[in-house]
Amino acid sequence: MLIRNKFPGGVHPLTCKELTRNSFIEEIPPPQKVVIPLIQHTGAPCIPLVKPGEEVKLGQKIGSAEKYISSPVHASLSGKVSKIEEFNHPLLEKAPAIFIEKDKNSDSEMVQQKNPDDLSIEELKERIREAGIVGLGGAGFPTHVKLSPPKPIDTLILNGAECEPYLTCDERLMQEKPREIIKGLEIIAKIVSPERIFIGIEDSKRETIKIVKEILRELRLDGIEVSVLKTKYPQGGEKQLIKAITGREVPSEGLPFDVGVLVQNVQTAFAIYEAIYKGKPLYERVITVSGKAIKKPGNYKVKIGTLVSDIVEFCGGFIKEPKKIIFGGPMMGIAQWSLDVPVIKGTSGILFLTEEELNLEESGPCIRCGRCIEACPVKIMPAYIALAVEYKKWNIAKEYSPRDCIECGACSYICPTRRDLVQLIKIAKLRVH
Amino acid sequence: MGSTNAMVETERLIVSTSPHIKTKDSCPKIMWSVVIALIPAGVAGILIFGFSALKVISISLVSAILSEAIIQKLSHKKITIADGSCFITGLLLAYNLPPSVPWWIPAIGSFFAIAIAKQAFGGLGYNIFNPALAARAFLLASWPKYMTKWIPPRWYPDALSTATPLTVIKHHLVDAVSGATILNIVEEKKFMHTLAFYGKLFLGDRAGCIGEVCILAIISGGFFLLYKGYIRWYTPFTFIFTVGFLSWIFLGNGLFNGDWLFYILSGGLFLGAFFMATDYVTTPLTKKGQIIFGFGCGILTFLIRKFGGYPEGVSYSILIMNAFTPLIDRYTKTRKFGLVKKLKS
Repeated sequence: MLIRNKFPGGVHPLTCKELTRNSFIEEIPPPQKVVIPLIQHTGAPCIPLVKPGEEVKLGQKIGSAEKYISSPVHASLSGKVSKIEEFNHPLLEKAPAIFIEKDKNSDSEMVQQKNPDDLSIEELKERIREAGIVGLGGAGFPTHVKLSPPKPIDTLILNGAECEPYLTCDERLMQEKPREIIKGLEIIAKIVSPERIFIGIEDSKRETIKIVKEILRELRLDGIEVSVLKTKYPQGGEKQLIKAITGREVPSEGLPFDVGVLVQNVQTAFAIYEAIYKGKPLYERVITVSGKAIKKPGNYKVKIGTLVSDIVEFCGGFIKEPKKIIFGGPMMGIAQWSLDVPVIKGTSGILFLTEEELNLEESGPCIRCGRCIEACPVKIMPAYIALAVEYKKWNIAKEYSPRDCIECGACSYICPTRRDLVQLIKIAKLRVH
Repeated sequence: MGSTNAMVETERLIVSTSPHIKTKDSCPKIMWSVVIALIPAGVAGILIFGFSALKVISISLVSAILSEAIIQKLSHKKITIADGSCFITGLLLAYNLPPSVPWWIPAIGSFFAIAIAKQAFGGLGYNIFNPALAARAFLLASWPKYMTKWIPPRWYPDALSTATPLTVIKHHLVDAVSGATILNIVEEKKFMHTLAFYGKLFLGDRAGCIGEVCILAIISGGFFLLYKGYIRWYTPFTFIFTVGFLSWIFLGNGLFNGDWLFYILSGGLFLGAFFMATDYVTTPLTKKGQIIFGFGCGILTFLIRKFGGYPEGVSYSILIMNAFTPLIDRYTKTRKFGLVKKLKS
């Protein structure tokens, strides 16, 4: 009935997931200091609600979202606001942030009223918004906006593909907190009332598939189907996931609701569960810390705003020199230039990669092998866009639709002459309208 | 380093755009695999034609490597002979030469291939024509006498059949031929269409260019590359199929009874289809483009064989299609994902 597991293109990088796949989620104790950027999402920055010197409690809202496409931020530590100023940001380089110093002995959680299950759809959305929930797969798009699509939704997909190499935090969470995730999924389903619900998981995660299926059977949730996906990067890309599960193609420059689909990440569903059932705003999340440079790779629950340096210390420091520090996965993550960078809501992992893991060969000329075209999941022609950009032929670059690029990195990954195709396409995106 | 508090010198961190990992398949790895895939055909050529073939191959290789190194040195570029691409050119040129050519033919040919057909256009990735084939065309135009003189496999007692099978057929069909050769043709005619005859062609027991004669060796190299995923079947298959199909229709007595197996096994079709029409740089990028390329090569090969002055047309057909490659690429863009109508809101 359904066209499964098929999206065009894709690559098979070494997953390196064995480094962390079997490490249980461990909580990193609250650090002495957190730095909470006022912008951690797609949309307008938050307005600070606190002043330097003010006492804050764990879970207290400290930045409010005035605009619709925005999301509030919360204190992830009980203590005192020391300052509000520009600080390193993992995605934006610099952004205003609230610094909180931990109190000697206050570890109290903000008491939040816990509410019963029978909230209206609008109340649910308001709570999700107030809890500061954004897409935790990495995009950071405010979830309450995504849950109010302008078109009807008939298919809801929970994205458990986790196709990025190294990352295993979603997989661990699905194994350790499947009930909570499914409850979160049911809340989403209540809001958008889809006809069909899928949980998409790559076939390499056999244990996870088994666990999730068992829970669904136990809870007698026949309406939710586990869709076993082929392990191929970027299977977890929204458009690729939709194509694989429903056979529908999201239009070029369109969004999933254009084909009646809503996709949510498993960690987002978990955050929704915590917000609705426990009244807990999003001030912590599970991340994967991995790479061959770090002593103790694993999956850790960390407070938003924790600095990389604190995480490195908790994970036992380095055993080899890291050549690159990456926020996110190795295919789409962002390389950092400092250890003084805070974890934000969209941080799915922090990788400390050694020289041998990176392959730092110089790039050469295009030999026209065509592999980038085969690998491209949106079926554009990276080789030609890159050549057009190198010769500054913007009108030719435009013919090859660079704006459809999802920046998954499959083309650069597969290029035998190591050309920086994604970078060149990004330049084309800026120049072509 | 080592202690738990060891931090990193942040100045040494590399910051660049994603992706941060790369496939292990590099350009040199692919090129050297092609060199490996070319070895069986060369070994077969040496076994069949003897020392002269080994001499031509060695001179061609050395000349290609030296030309590349010297030109890159003189133009202050990085010397890239280690990437293996000049080895491919050197081998392919030798494989496209008769084993009896004088020593300076492969030397000049490889120099032309590297200096003119490759480096003058900007080096690896920028050349329009397949360097080895461009050099062969240059040699054929300049010294046709040497380029069309054939020797039989070394176990033949005399030098009676000193023509390639395609030459024999061509002259029989088109020209008045001398008596001796007619006798020869009649003898061969009786022998034709037997399994042993096709077997001889398949194993390379005939006159021809060094690397083109042993189809078995070419196919094993070609299949190795297909298996490794370094080439796709689209061009070789379409090329060979088109030549076979058109030969079957038009090259027999009347329509639809041509000896297609003879026409695909004799000449340089397999070498060209698997190793030259699949050259990355000079052929189209997409599947559709590669099928068109193979089809075009097939038609041109057939036309040259049937109506042209030469008995063989594989190299020229590939060169002509090389010139069409940019045009084919332009009209065979991929259908981008999401070219569907949006639902009405």
